[in-house]
Amino acid sequence: MSNFRLCPDTGLYFDRNAESLMKVNAVAAAVSLLLAGLLALGVALTRWPAVHLLPADQFYMFLTAHGIDALIFWIIFFEIAILYFASSTLLRCRLAAPRWAWSGFALMVIGAVLTNIAVFQGNSSVMMTSYVPMQAAPHFYLGLILFAVGALIGCFVFFGTLVIAKQEQTYEGSIPLVTFGAVTAAIIAVFTIACGAIILVPTFLWSIGYIAHIDPAMYRVIWWGLGHSSQQINVAAHVSVWYLVGGLLLGARPMSEKVSRGAFLLYILFLQLASAHHILVDPGISTEWKIFNTSYAMYLAVLASMIHGLTVPGSMEVALRQKGYNRGMFEWLRKAPWGNPTFSATFISIIIFGFIGGITGVVMGTEQINLIIHNTIYVPAHFHATVAVGTTLTFMGLTYLLIPVLFRRRMILPTLAKWQPYLFGGGMTILILFMMGAGTLGVSRRHWDMDFAGAALSFEYSGMAYTMMGIAGIGAVIAVFAGGAYLLITVGSLVFGKKLEESAGLLQSFGVPLPSRAYGVQPEVLPMAKVVEEHGSAGFEAPGTFVLAMVLLVSFVVYYFINWKYLASVWPLS
Amino acid sequence: MTSYLPPAQRIWWKMPVGREEIVWIAIALVWCLILFFMMPFWHVYGKQNLSTEAYQTTPAQFGLKVQAMIDQYTVRHETEQQIPVVAPPAGSDIYMLGRLWQWWPILELEKGQTYRLHLSSMDWQHGFSLQPVNINMQILPGYEMVLNITPDVAGEYGVVCNEYCGIGHHTMLGRIYVKE
Repeated sequence: MSNFRLCPDTGLYFDRNAESLMKVNAVAAAVSLLLAGLLALGVALTRWPAVHLLPADQFYMFLTAHGIDALIFWIIFFEIAILYFASSTLLRCRLAAPRWAWSGFALMVIGAVLTNIAVFQGNSSVMMTSYVPMQAAPHFYLGLILFAVGALIGCFVFFGTLVIAKQEQTYEGSIPLVTFGAVTAAIIAVFTIACGAIILVPTFLWSIGYIAHIDPAMYRVIWWGLGHSSQQINVAAHVSVWYLVGGLLLGARPMSEKVSRGAFLLYILFLQLASAHHILVDPGISTEWKIFNTSYAMYLAVLASMIHGLTVPGSMEVALRQKGYNRGMFEWLRKAPWGNPTFSATFISIIIFGFIGGITGVVMGTEQINLIIHNTIYVPAHFHATVAVGTTLTFMGLTYLLIPVLFRRRMILPTLAKWQPYLFGGGMTILILFMMGAGTLGVSRRHWDMDFAGAALSFEYSGMAYTMMGIAGIGAVIAVFAGGAYLLITVGSLVFGKKLEESAGLLQSFGVPLPSRAYGVQPEVLPMAKVVEEHGSAGFEAPGTFVLAMVLLVSFVVYYFINWKYLASVWPLS
Repeated sequence: MTSYLPPAQRIWWKMPVGREEIVWIAIALVWCLILFFMMPFWHVYGKQNLSTEAYQTTPAQFGLKVQAMIDQYTVRHETEQQIPVVAPPAGSDIYMLGRLWQWWPILELEKGQTYRLHLSSMDWQHGFSLQPVNINMQILPGYEMVLNITPDVAGEYGVVCNEYCGIGHHTMLGRIYVKE
């Protein structure tokens, strides 16, 4: 008895349970993103000084909910879908323990709803970080705990599926690179969720009065094991998706399996040390601890990202050159499928993640430079480059790919879809660059009023800081509308898109499986990739990408030392 | 094609690596080491390093120390709230506390002198953000952070709170004067 459906366009096999779970997780992710985007508009229009839309209490409430819905719920729902795709679909294996997977999904939904309710009741505007001793309502923490338990179940279903695939020999050789990256993400996720449990369970007990005191320094160190590591799940996940998109769209093969997998291994070993990035200007933490942890033990995770930065676009370049775009350094780049939203979203994401997200992250994570950046609006600039463009835009691009394949609907509004990644990436880039500028001028993050209305004393930021916050607001509005366009296209396609499979009705768009007869296929064992004859090792396979990588390096070096220079100009401290 | 298929060779980890990858990894590794060693280098040769001196304290204990300094060295009061302006002698221990929603008191320092600045919070977490110099630190209740500061430009400086601390967060401003 078989439970698989063959996608006629891509040759992918979908397990019936895995398919439904991917759909419901993707839909829950989209709902979270919708909420996050609406909240983002409120936040952005309040921080735009000339508009200053919301009153203070609503602003902080919106900001808390925006952080949680965008950074946690949208991304993790989507990542669970990716884990099921990378295990069940890519390995042609039935999903392990589908009932557990469904209960995990149910817990995640209950948790997400509970935490949102707590925030919108108004007594839990504690920001995503919920630093003690500021207290939220008990169900704020409880919702996060339930969500985390659900996500943990999802991770173990993923691991279980890998075990079954190995046992039942559904594939030859080693697991594919994309699955290897997903394993990396899932291992980091387990670490992350463990940190979350260690700190949020006691904090929940404290909120209902069973524990008297939570030490704020301890809270920060462990909470950031959750807060920062969860962003490392995203890095591993979206880098895997970059490889997947390169393979599916362009037929790209990894330049070297060993190098790409080695880079993922470095992520597993070193990425989680980054909790320290948030503790660099805290009282009483030793210098040695800070330097070792903030640098991921000598920047070995940065090394890994720099490797992916070469090998992902490099593998695309090799594939495009083989298609004949071989003239000069950059013909392959000019002739790349820029009109395909999956490709453009991926490539924009690679560029912004590397050039802005990566460089700013290293700069602000440098022990001493953090003094001139900590808690300024430079910080959200950094993580919008990594998460909103790096992860979110990548996932948007992947969705465009999955609508016909997974949901069996033709995408509506193709012209809008073609422009959407540019609008979102462009708006976000404006937001990011001008928040970086304003942060360098000292503007605070998580702050309702840069005029300090009602304060006993006064302080005035420079006129330039105001201008930059205004322009950042314009960028944010563009990005929110592009996010709306994404949801319009995707949800619209699920409802109104032309059915590519007769029985793919409205309910099927939201997780109900197709009729049983659609799943009558028994997949063959997943074969190893065909051997491609190696080029002579004398020349560079991807010279254009190498040039781009050198441009990245030069930007990195210049910007890094500019910040040391800036640090050297502030009051001496010791 | 092969990113989502098993590698073409069973023993993929013995396949040769392309030249640009090797060159790039070498360059990147050197850069990573430079990034790493810049931090200890700055501890030796740079002038902006955060002290690791800190003590456990309580709001009551810390409040007493702040009050003792205010009683001894207040030179005038400012604003309707009569915020004391304190001018402690050069080189001494100086105190500033964060609470909902003030930095207290106002300090008046001399340019080019070094002071031992003690910071703590009386309630929630706060962010000490000295503007427009742009020096930022996290202030926790129960911890007294001590750092040596040497204001090197005269002027009037704002202390913004840049860790969210509730509905009045945006009104939490302090001040430091630096005299010639």
